[in-house]
Parts: sequence; structure tokens; C-alpha cells
Amino acid sequence: MTGKDNENFNQNYIDYVHSFDPPTKHFKNCLRAFLVGGLICTIGQFLRVIFEEALGLSGDELAGTVSIALIFLGTLLTGLGVYDRIGKHAGAGSIVPITGFANSVCSPAMEFKTEGYVYGMAAKMFIVAGPIIVFGALSGTIVGLLYLLL
Amino acid sequence: MFAEIWELVFDFVKAFAVGGLICMIAQVVINLTDLTAGKILVTFLLAGVVLQGLGLYQKLVDFAGAGATVPISGFGYLLAKGAMQGAEEGWFGAVTGAFSAASAGVTAAVIFSLIMAFLFKAKTKKN
Repeated sequence: MTGKDNENFNQNYIDYVHSFDPPTKHFKNCLRAFLVGGLICTIGQFLRVIFEEALGLSGDELAGTVSIALIFLGTLLTGLGVYDRIGKHAGAGSIVPITGFANSVCSPAMEFKTEGYVYGMAAKMFIVAGPIIVFGALSGTIVGLLYLLL
Repeated sequence: MFAEIWELVFDFVKAFAVGGLICMIAQVVINLTDLTAGKILVTFLLAGVVLQGLGLYQKLVDFAGAGATVPISGFGYLLAKGAMQGAEEGWFGAVTGAFSAASAGVTAAVIFSLIMAFLFKAKTKKN
């Protein structure tokens, strides 16, 4: 067998092996993201029903209160170190819900506290959430102005 | 009575399915592109803004409730909705509307994070 054939053989073998592993891993990741993300949203829906019945909230006030409650839970679980453990298994299921946004603010705040309260905690707090604020402000303003003009 | 309970249960199922599906789409994107968490959040935020700008996300919210508002795309929906509501009142509303609507979420994230950062120490990462 010449060197080139050998290389081809190796490449074919690697392709053959890879044809087996990624789909299963992708499928597992996606299933976990679906289950955890779905569960967090279901908790949100549960809070919605409770706040609607118990506090008589509705509309934007109801949605805002649910968000605040979920953000509280997200930061609390981050503080207790539970959220990062969930995140290891859930991937996008723990990143995409609003609790993941809370985690992305809380986690660096805790971590950089040792570097001081102003330039450590307060500044680094927005290390992940900063882009969300920036692009949120940009896109929100564009939508608002377009709506005004059209 | 039975119909009411069934409707309540169905609301939970819809929230679970739609919320789970949005997270699963994000996971597919991560699997295919290796985007970091921050970029995924920004992408889904912008998707929510654009979809609501076109008036589509509201339909998803009406259908799935928390299933559509809890993911970060729901935050984008809130921004766009606030901006468009503000735009009804003039240019000042158009510029301030987005963050007026989103202030609850941003303020809560900052305040609770500060409290938790004071209360807890960061766990040393083992891996």
C-alpha cells in the first residue's frame, strides 16, 4: 500500500467513524435543551397563572412580574452554584430563557467581586449582558424610528 | 369546569413545547456553528426584535404565553413592542419606548445580581 492510499484509507476511516458519533451527540444535546428550556418556560407559565389569580395582574404588568420572578430565581440558583451545574447538561436550554440572561449578569458579578466593587463587580457584570443591551438599544431604536416613519 | 382545567393544562403544554422548541433551535445553531453563549443570546434577541417588528412574534406570544416570552427572543419582542407603542406618541417615545418596556428585566437582573454577589462567593471551578 502506498502512502497516499494509506492516507485515503485513514481519512475514509475517520469519516466513517465520524458518521456515527455526531448525530447521537447532537440529538442528545437538542433533547436536553428542549426539556430544560421547556421546563423553565412551563415554570414561567405556572407563575403567570399564579400571579394572575392571586395578585390580579394582567397584560404587561403580569409579563413583567413573571420576568422579575424568573430573574430572581435565576440569580439565586446562580448564587447557590446550581445554575452552572444545570447549564453543563442543558446547553442552550439554560442559556436562552431569561434565567440564562440573569445567570450571565450574576455569574461575572460574583466572580469579579474580588477585583473591587466598581471596576470588578459593577463593570464586569455586563461582560455578557453588555452586548444584549447594546444591540437591544440599537435594534429597538431602529424599529421605533422605522415605525414612526412608515 | 372540565373545559377550564383542560384549557389550563393545554396552556402548560403549549408553553413547554414552544419554549422547548426555541431552546432546541438555539442548541442546533450551537452544534452547527460553535457560537458562544453571548452571541446566541444576541442572535435570538435580534430575531425577536425583527419578528415583532414584522408583527409575527405577537402571534406566538398569544399562542404559547410564557413559552414565547421567557426565552430571550421574548425580551426582543418586548423591546420592539415598546418601541412601536412609543412611536405612536412621537419621536421621543420611539427612542425611549424599547427600554421603558425592558426596564423591569434589566433592573431586576442588575439588582438581584448585586444582592447575590454580596451574599454568595463564586464557586471555584473544578474543570
